Amino acid sequence: MADAHDGPDNGENAGTAVARQDDHDAPAPAVAVVRADRIPNPGFPPERLRVTDLDPKKAKQAERTISVLFFLSVIGSVLAVAAYILFPIEEGDPSTIRLNNMLIGVGITLGLLGIGIGAVHWSKALMHGHEEVEQRHPTRGSDESRERAVEIFREANAESGFTRRSLVRNSLIGALVATPIPAIALFRDLAPAEDPVALLKQTMWETGTRLARDPSGTPIKASEVTIGSAFHVIPEGLAELESHRLEEKAKAAVLLMRLPVDELNEREDRADWSYDGIVAYSKICTHVGCPVALYEQQTHHLLCPCHQSQFDVANHCEVIFGPAARPLPQLPITVDEEGYLVAKSDFTEPVGPSFWERQL
Amino acid sequence: MRFTGWAANYVDERTSASTAVKALGRKIFPDHWSFMLGEVALYSFIVILLSGTFLTFFFDPSMTEVEYSGSYVPLQGIPMSVAYHSSLDISFEIRGGLLMRQVHHWAALLFVAAIGLHMLRVFFTGAFRKPRELNWIVGFLLFVMAMALGFTGYSLPDDLLSGNGLRIIDGMIKAVPVAGAWISYLLFGDEFPGTDIIPRLYVLHIMLLPAITIALIGIHMVLLVVNKHTQFAAPGRTNDNVVGSPVLPGFAAKAGGFFFLVFGVIVLIASFFTINPIWNYGPYDPSPVSAGTQPDWYIGFADGALRLIPPNLDFVDPFGFTWAFGVLIPLVGLLVFLAAVGLYPFFEAWVTGDRREHHIAERPRNAPTRTAIGAAGVTFYAALWAAASSDLIATHFRLSIEGVILALQVATVFGPFVAYFITKRVCLALQRKDREIALHGFESGRIVRLPGGEYIEVHEQLDDFERWKLVSFDEYQPIMIRPNDQGKITVNQRVRATLSRWFFEDRIAPVTQNELESQKH
Repeated sequence: MADAHDGPDNGENAGTAVARQDDHDAPAPAVAVVRADRIPNPGFPPERLRVTDLDPKKAKQAERTISVLFFLSVIGSVLAVAAYILFPIEEGDPSTIRLNNMLIGVGITLGLLGIGIGAVHWSKALMHGHEEVEQRHPTRGSDESRERAVEIFREANAESGFTRRSLVRNSLIGALVATPIPAIALFRDLAPAEDPVALLKQTMWETGTRLARDPSGTPIKASEVTIGSAFHVIPEGLAELESHRLEEKAKAAVLLMRLPVDELNEREDRADWSYDGIVAYSKICTHVGCPVALYEQQTHHLLCPCHQSQFDVANHCEVIFGPAARPLPQLPITVDEEGYLVAKSDFTEPVGPSFWERQL
Repeated sequence: MRFTGWAANYVDERTSASTAVKALGRKIFPDHWSFMLGEVALYSFIVILLSGTFLTFFFDPSMTEVEYSGSYVPLQGIPMSVAYHSSLDISFEIRGGLLMRQVHHWAALLFVAAIGLHMLRVFFTGAFRKPRELNWIVGFLLFVMAMALGFTGYSLPDDLLSGNGLRIIDGMIKAVPVAGAWISYLLFGDEFPGTDIIPRLYVLHIMLLPAITIALIGIHMVLLVVNKHTQFAAPGRTNDNVVGSPVLPGFAAKAGGFFFLVFGVIVLIASFFTINPIWNYGPYDPSPVSAGTQPDWYIGFADGALRLIPPNLDFVDPFGFTWAFGVLIPLVGLLVFLAAVGLYPFFEAWVTGDRREHHIAERPRNAPTRTAIGAAGVTFYAALWAAASSDLIATHFRLSIEGVILALQVATVFGPFVAYFITKRVCLALQRKDREIALHGFESGRIVRLPGGEYIEVHEQLDDFERWKLVSFDEYQPIMIRPNDQGKITVNQRVRATLSRWFFEDRIAPVTQNELESQKH
């Protein structure tokens, strides 16, 4: 009961479609178990006739149903066009959009489902019902055509000297490999010539840039920032940028929060980066760059809504949960003589997601 | 009639179309409800092509900034890209435009879902085995194409939600070692977001990717015709025949009608259920974001993988280069998972050493190890997928997000093993039950009192036709280690034998004629 390259064998029923092809490929493992006393295939069961086969009245009824369905389809298509004309979109009235959408849709639906249900019903109820049988043949080409194919390649090889004239062949292969290179090179100008790494390491913040509200661009006075409040911040002047406004905003967006001074744990070297409990952190998540937009006032936690990284504002925004790679970069701030909050400098590290050259 | 004859002759004398009709017109297609899944995918793709063509007549992918001047009051006067503006115009100014947008989006969701289910059907019935391994690869590539088409299309309206999706893609690309920053720069044509990405994705979405997809579908269909469709075991059906209805007229009518059914249901859904209400999100801006953001369902597993990684995994090597493992581990993990799906048929063929052609679709229980592997894969995918909704799960069921993530981390790592063992046991139990029924029949529920006062339940025997379904499967045994031509046993052989033992060790033999006869007495 072991060897079975040619499959289970029970007379006319089983896998004889496949000739033995793999015998020469030693060691050939054979795994299908063939039993001499397999239960034989009982052959086709007696055909069961449908009601429409037995009762001409039922067949007639099915015929009527099907044509009614097709007529309904025509009506549906007409209805869709009628809805298109009779229920236009009126400016300033969103309910007309909904109505237009719904009625055109229902008309088209009726047009389609009428055909669909009708055709399937026709096929199932009236078309010649019993199953038919077709023989399969091995997918492999016949020995004759395989031999002929090999012969053709051999002739082609002999006539062209493809293997014999190896210098010609190899130089052709070399040429073919080289031709796509210009196509790749042409894509270099997908982006400007500058090095993106330098761009990624600087933002619009400079010494003395005022912190302004997002999106209005009005500067923020330190006195306006009450304890517990949070501001979405952009650098002053960003809202008026003629070009690269979104690119700059994607790096320079900042969150400003004021915590009670005694709850803020500040590192020695960053002691002068905050002002009276007011701290500013990059809003761009260090995971993959979503805006860290949710601030929980009670716990001083920032939450990124994309992948739920959490940052502890009281402890330099270190990551307390989620996939983020590192704390949010802090923007050193102070106040100018008019009392407006200003940046002391740009961020001291690149903002946003990690990249290869980040540390260099 | 005379005209039909004349026209047919005219065409045939110039194309020899009669040869094709002769070859294909009465080709037999077997029937089973699960064979519809691939059809659903094909038909929803046609719906996508039709509705998408309509949309291209009105959509403008430019990222030039304009002020909104359309009829949707809440956005009036707000600066936005032309792409977003024209998406709003399709929704609010063009009659039937919203309907077509919704048809397009719903059909896309259905397309990927149908491909996924079709792949599961093919996997669990072993329909990927010889001679269909290459067609599995083609289908797998179609699955990848469907996801790529979905993602590029999702990004085109340039709304806040899709822009954040692109931002995440940008973050993932930047994590790629050595070239990440450069790839992102070239893709976006500038720093993120730049003003090139939407037109570029548009070209991919309406030209390159659809062209590849159509070519792959063509190959998929040609191979389907060459290999002929698999069929489930049934009386009279063998590995050498195909039993079903001929293309003309029965199959063509049913399949053609089914196309209209799929189309109709998509339009019905699109007429009543809003999808992707871009007007609620506003134009893309890197600063705002709404809570509970979700990608389209088929990107969920990738988004979920990103969420499950623990914090602070960045590693800076001694040369000062940054390895962003927090992103790279999910990224590589997903690629490995997809590669495993694509290459599974070759793995199984190697492990089982089975080189016969298979045209009978197996019942999943009759290949317990494969079914268990599939269940493990599904569990892994499902855990990642659930993770993409971790925040919504937490808020809806009032759980802590930390708890949900931890549970899903555990499920991702251990869930596949649990699913594997449970599924394998269930398959073997079902096989045993099949054996039992094939031998002893099924419980009829009829209690009979014997003359001696004893009660028995009458077991009804199956007839030969019913029994065939339960006994017609093949039994396999593990391959043995054999020395090669030089008389050596290679490591390759050992590994293969070990895997084969793992694959086939637990098995249930089908009922044989002798067993059946001895049972009757």
